[in-house]
Amino acid sequence: MAELLLELFSEEIPARMQTRAAEDLARLLGDGLKDAGLEFDTIRSFATPRRVSVVVDGLPARSPDVRQEKKGPRVGSPDAAVQGFLKSAGLKSTDQAETRADKKGDFYVALIERPGRRTPEAVAEIVPAILRNFPWPKSMRWGDGRLRWVRPLHSILCIFGGKVVPFEIDGIRSGKETRGHRFMAPKPFSVKSFDDYAQKLRKAFVILDAREREAIVFKGAEKLAAKQKLALIDDMGLLAENAGLTEWPIPLIGTFDESFLEVPPEVLSTSMKAHQKCFSLRRGDKLANRFIVVANLKAKDGGNAITAGNERVIRARLADAKFFFDHDRKVMLEELVPKLKEIIFHEKLGTQYERVQRVRVLARDLAKLVRADPDLAERAAILAKADLVTNMVGEFPELQGVMGRYYAIDQEEDPMVAGAIAAHYKPVGPSDDVPREPVAIAVALADKLDTLVGFWAIDEKPTGSKDPFALRRAALGVIRIVLENDVRLKLHDVTRAALQKWRQIPKGAVETHAGLLAFFADRLKVHLRDQGARHDLVDAVFALGGDDLLMIVRRVEALGRFLDTEDGEHLLTGTTRAINILRIEEKKDNKSYNRPPDPKLLKQSEEMVLAKAVDEVERAAAAAVTKEDFESAMTAMAKLRAPVDAFFDHVTVNTDDPALRENRLHLLNRIRATTLTVADFSKIEG
Amino acid sequence: MGKFTKAQRPSGATSFQDLILRLQRYWADQGCVILQPYDMEMGAGTFHPATTLRSLGPKPWRAAYVQPSRRPKDGRYGENPNRLQHYYQFQVILKPSPPNIQDLYLDSLRAIGVDVANHDIRFVEDDWESPTLGAWGLGWEVWCDGMEVSQFTYFQQVGGFDCDPVSGELTYGLERLAMYVQGVDRVFDLNFNGRRGKDKVTYGDVFLQAEQEYSRYNFEQADTKTLLAHFRDAEAECKALLAKSEDRKRHLMVLPAYDQAIKASHIFNLLDARGVISVTERQGFILRVRELARACCAAWLKTEAGGSMLDACRDAHG
Repeated sequence: MAELLLELFSEEIPARMQTRAAEDLARLLGDGLKDAGLEFDTIRSFATPRRVSVVVDGLPARSPDVRQEKKGPRVGSPDAAVQGFLKSAGLKSTDQAETRADKKGDFYVALIERPGRRTPEAVAEIVPAILRNFPWPKSMRWGDGRLRWVRPLHSILCIFGGKVVPFEIDGIRSGKETRGHRFMAPKPFSVKSFDDYAQKLRKAFVILDAREREAIVFKGAEKLAAKQKLALIDDMGLLAENAGLTEWPIPLIGTFDESFLEVPPEVLSTSMKAHQKCFSLRRGDKLANRFIVVANLKAKDGGNAITAGNERVIRARLADAKFFFDHDRKVMLEELVPKLKEIIFHEKLGTQYERVQRVRVLARDLAKLVRADPDLAERAAILAKADLVTNMVGEFPELQGVMGRYYAIDQEEDPMVAGAIAAHYKPVGPSDDVPREPVAIAVALADKLDTLVGFWAIDEKPTGSKDPFALRRAALGVIRIVLENDVRLKLHDVTRAALQKWRQIPKGAVETHAGLLAFFADRLKVHLRDQGARHDLVDAVFALGGDDLLMIVRRVEALGRFLDTEDGEHLLTGTTRAINILRIEEKKDNKSYNRPPDPKLLKQSEEMVLAKAVDEVERAAAAAVTKEDFESAMTAMAKLRAPVDAFFDHVTVNTDDPALRENRLHLLNRIRATTLTVADFSKIEG
Repeated sequence: MGKFTKAQRPSGATSFQDLILRLQRYWADQGCVILQPYDMEMGAGTFHPATTLRSLGPKPWRAAYVQPSRRPKDGRYGENPNRLQHYYQFQVILKPSPPNIQDLYLDSLRAIGVDVANHDIRFVEDDWESPTLGAWGLGWEVWCDGMEVSQFTYFQQVGGFDCDPVSGELTYGLERLAMYVQGVDRVFDLNFNGRRGKDKVTYGDVFLQAEQEYSRYNFEQADTKTLLAHFRDAEAECKALLAKSEDRKRHLMVLPAYDQAIKASHIFNLLDARGVISVTERQGFILRVRELARACCAAWLKTEAGGSMLDACRDAHG
């Protein structure tokens, strides 16, 4: 058993592509080896800014011999079929094939014997094939070569059991050499094994493992912060990006002028992060005038020049940000609204300005449903997008909403209006908070519903993994806002209301309305499943129709609790039995049993008790459902358990007397119908 | 805070002009032809025919030059410490891109006095695209202690045509680089000629008035009616010149036609700065300029410098 080490050494690979590249390399090499009959123990891959590497442990020196039989056409088949078979099996004539017989007659069999090969031979074929078709998100040519790689590829290290696996691709010959850090150890060196490789790289100022680089950045940054009694503001994405920009990360701490702290902390953090990949620090819960920059160099002067240089750049950047902030505040948000006419929201859906005009009316409608002040909701909707045309949001689009809030506070808008401007984009992801304040809820719902209805109307729906306009996120946002704030909303009515805000209802919009409701239902199911609800209970409640999300969820919850009780469990068994019998008999008789049973034909006492019970339970459950008291509906339902059990224990449904049989089937239908008051039990898995 | 102490200040090019002279000397030593700026207004050194057109076709080419770059929209009346409507780019084009191009670039930084043992040089992903030239490439922005000092691009397509061989393009933002080397925070404070005392000439002495005057012109005074007419004229002239040699196998007036494309592009930038182009129109203008650039590039490939002679020879020899 031996080790295979492969390193692809190139010019700087974009940070965002490194992790994926390492994974792809391991997958492709692993598949290639397995396809060649080469099994192995483990495969691990790594990436730094200048290299993607993979090491495979426990490979045999050669692949095993393979003996394969390939079944061919019958003897006497058309010539084309026979020739095709010979070609695919690599035979020259039928003489080389065996003939065997089965029940239907003789047929050809090719015996394919593939002798094992030396592992390096196989590797020398597999690796160039991987390189030529590597799934980089973007690749390029360079010089006068033909190979495509993410950036120019300089060398390939490929050793098996310590020996070079020789091959050549586009003029690059594989070898056993690599290089260290671009500035601190640029000379090439050769390696014998993976351990040797990782160790020598470390000596040459390269940490191979991205997770280790992340840990160095994180621990180093925390230490620097702690020394000044500060705390690092965590940012996993930024940590990973810095690990992708460095082979030898050295965190350094720098300072900016305290006067910049007048600018909102989000602005300072975003500016430092976007332009220089710097971490922000806080003192208590306030942003501190310090930052952490991660250098890729152990500088001779201890990093003083690097820190000073970064401080200068940050000073210029923050000065820009401060200029934007001061400048933006001179113009009232309201005056910016007409400028939204210049921003196309979507070519078929018009401008942001038109959108704001719809959303403001819709927010007003919705305000009533969420007990918000309609005037404030409309005001917030009017101003909600105004910050899109400010300098700051132009520079940092991710600060949309956040800046609007600051400017609104500055211009003495109502605090609820200011809050709603920031919160109306929420939730931006599954882990983000939902807006809590009624005015914000109204605007957030209006904004999302307008988006959904609009894109549905122009038939731009999400398909498969494609959702370019984040419509799934918008629908989930509506669902979460409704559920987490106990908002009562008839989806049917509000989506219709949203559609009516369009001056011209786009063609086909009415037909798509049902589709949008189904989309919501689907999103709700996914959401509830993610929350741990049983998917069959969700289906059982959904089958009843209804478009009040909160009520659907309440019902699912009550149903779940009920089914956890002994009564619930038994009733489910009984009801399922009733439903199954009905399904079979209705099919057999080709008719539906849906009339009330005839009281005169109720012969046994269990029948009479059940007939009475279903009527009472149905009445009680329906009354409770009307009051939206699902717990009571379930409690009422529980009273059915004993009569249903007794019925099945003592009454034979399929008796010889046809009239009696029919009446009993009608009675079974009463169980089915009554349980439908709370859920479609046929969808529930026992 | 933030200021360089004397020990930290990189030793090297002490004046703006010295920076240019050092880069020219360095790239001349690498076999580049040192060109002078193209005598037309353009938004970036890439528009220079020595880059746009020469990057197409099979012939090797190495050139370096300073190109004054005009970005009317970026003017700030001389009040912003970094933003200018007119600034200098130093442009290097190496075709085909040599395998050691990154090392050549780093040596050029050393040549202007950047000490790479004490400064953090980084190649950070930045893909380049010019919608008006129909050109794109992959590469990086080069950072020095967090500041972008150069753009480094491997051209993949220009004018919609594949670059084969691929050119490597290096663009140095000279003012920024000089501010870094001189440790200056305001571009107008740059020492231009390297003298001290009363003989010292600053960047502001040379360009501040121009920034103020051109900002007024670009934002307030440029006559949009005239500019629109000029745009149409340049567009028509470009097409007419190309059409005149269209029926022949070879193109005979590509460079004059391309001048008109450059002109149209600059006029579009001026109109944009005047705020008379709406969002929807904008895309239309960009497409019109790209169409001109594309047509010029197609025509260039049918000239001798574009490699058409080579093809003819190959054909002749079967």
